[in-house]
Amino acid sequence: MSGSRPYFLYSMLAFGYAFLYVPIALLIIYSFNESRLVTVWSGFSTKWYGELFQNDQILSAAWLSLRIAAMNSTFSVMLATMAALVLARFGRFKGRTLFSAMITAPLVMPEVIIGLSLLLLFVALEDLVGWPSGRGVTTIVIAHITFSMAYVTVIIHSRLTQMDISIEEAAMDLGARPWKVFFWITLPVISPALVSGWLLAFTLSLDDLVVASFVSGPGSSTLPMVVYSSVRLGVSPQINALATIFVLVVGVGITISGVLMHRRERSRAERA
Amino acid sequence: MADDQRRAPAGLSGLQSPRSGGFLPDTLFGRIWRWLGAVLGLPRLLGLARGMKRLGRTAVTSVPYTWLLLFFLAPFAIVLKISLAESVIAQPPYTALVEWTEGAVMHIRLSLGNFSFLFQDPLYVDAYINSLKVASFSTLLCLLIGYPMAYAIARAPEKLRPALLMLVVMPFWTSFLIRIYAWIGILKNNGLLNNFLMWLGVIDEPLPMLHTLFSVYVGMVYSYLPFMVLPLFATLVRLDKDLLEAAFDLGCRPFTAFLKVTLPLSFPGVLAGSLLVFIPAVGEFVIPDLLGGPSTLMIGKMLWTEFFSNRDWPIASTLAIAMLAFLVVPIVIFQKVREHQAEKEEQA
Repeated sequence: MSGSRPYFLYSMLAFGYAFLYVPIALLIIYSFNESRLVTVWSGFSTKWYGELFQNDQILSAAWLSLRIAAMNSTFSVMLATMAALVLARFGRFKGRTLFSAMITAPLVMPEVIIGLSLLLLFVALEDLVGWPSGRGVTTIVIAHITFSMAYVTVIIHSRLTQMDISIEEAAMDLGARPWKVFFWITLPVISPALVSGWLLAFTLSLDDLVVASFVSGPGSSTLPMVVYSSVRLGVSPQINALATIFVLVVGVGITISGVLMHRRERSRAERA
Repeated sequence: MADDQRRAPAGLSGLQSPRSGGFLPDTLFGRIWRWLGAVLGLPRLLGLARGMKRLGRTAVTSVPYTWLLLFFLAPFAIVLKISLAESVIAQPPYTALVEWTEGAVMHIRLSLGNFSFLFQDPLYVDAYINSLKVASFSTLLCLLIGYPMAYAIARAPEKLRPALLMLVVMPFWTSFLIRIYAWIGILKNNGLLNNFLMWLGVIDEPLPMLHTLFSVYVGMVYSYLPFMVLPLFATLVRLDKDLLEAAFDLGCRPFTAFLKVTLPLSFPGVLAGSLLVFIPAVGEFVIPDLLGGPSTLMIGKMLWTEFFSNRDWPIASTLAIAMLAFLVVPIVIFQKVREHQAEKEEQA
């Protein structure tokens, strides 16, 4: 395509990336600011990191959030693998439309609705059968699984539909039972999708403020809940330090996984 | 002998004819063996191997199905129920719909008061209209910024695409709350943007940017942009380039070709991206709460306030039901678009 269009496209692309990354960059720069005022630069300092690591409230909330996120991702991946298998391999069955609707809807459902409705369910269940008694880690994990599962199902489903189905058929023709085909053929092929699904569910859970606020109980404040209440009180350099650590971990993680994936693809291409 | 016995169930000799009894010794052991063979082989003989497979499938299906029915669908029924109850100061803070009084007379108490209250109070009506307005404009802005981005990434050299896409997705992996927090520091009265503009001499005194409609739009576009770019990219990258070339060969100008070929063909991506932004944006809480002000009331924030500050569960439920009523149609369309795309993916 000729003409001035590529310039327009590239400048839009540059603008878009700047829009996405300048706030994050500023956040990181000002985490090293000496002043308590987040927006006035007064010299380099790492004291906010020191304070962050002495803030027991944030640390214990972070530990709780990490535990919830790990449980959430593990269960989400298991449920989502089943759900994706149902949608990709089992063909039509009674109630399939409802099933796929219930898988898709959480992707867009406003968080306040999910949070409120799950809380009311937990209250009603406790009233009816005595479980879950009170609200806390269990209810947060259940709520997180319910919406994370939808995202993970999308990832695994797309991998399942893209994979070469003939190897599954070959195994079946050679007499392998369905479960054996699944564990020996399908699972290894979709394992990258399982890993990225696990990571996505982990970040979704770690990031969730609204749903967790509804379904958590006293004494189970997650990291976003603590961050939210401190942000409401005003900007604090400690939050900048926390954000920097967050961005660093995610950035390193994504870069490593990107490089690994690239290498795998290349070695596969060489073998082929 | 033992070999014959072992083969018997597989060959189902016991089931085919009574005479096959001669094949096995007519002892107790032989009978049990034959019976076992029949029982174990029966499903296979009757074509029930498929039955077993179906049983396995039902088991695999029922786990996620039950989970979603219980934790996703059932809660809506409870929300509906409580939206019809009245608020009381109790634990839980709403009245029961069904009450048994002496003599086992059942009283059903349905109250539509919450709904009429909602429609009569201009505060709620304004919040609704405002939410729809903010969500629509945010979607439009995301589309205006996201479309050229997705187009540029789809046209970029194939080697660069994964990295460019990764750059779009990466902010999504860092905390949403923290990214909104970043904008508070930028848009505040003594924030970075005002300081910068004053240093440039463009303005003399700080522009009020935080807690306005402007800051809400910035937050919305900033948070939801990746959701727009990804589905757009997915359709644009699959676009048949021959069609564009044909248009050029026939003398079409690039811009006309874009309007007449690319844009219509990318419509599924536009629709999917727009719904992915619009629907959650209607119920957004964090952005209007942290970046918005009194003039930018949105329904998600109202729901939150009713629930957490006023502890009025029935009104909060009524708000949720009313919001859902608005969103049912977009959600169904989104569902259809996704199904359509999944089918296309399977064909490809």
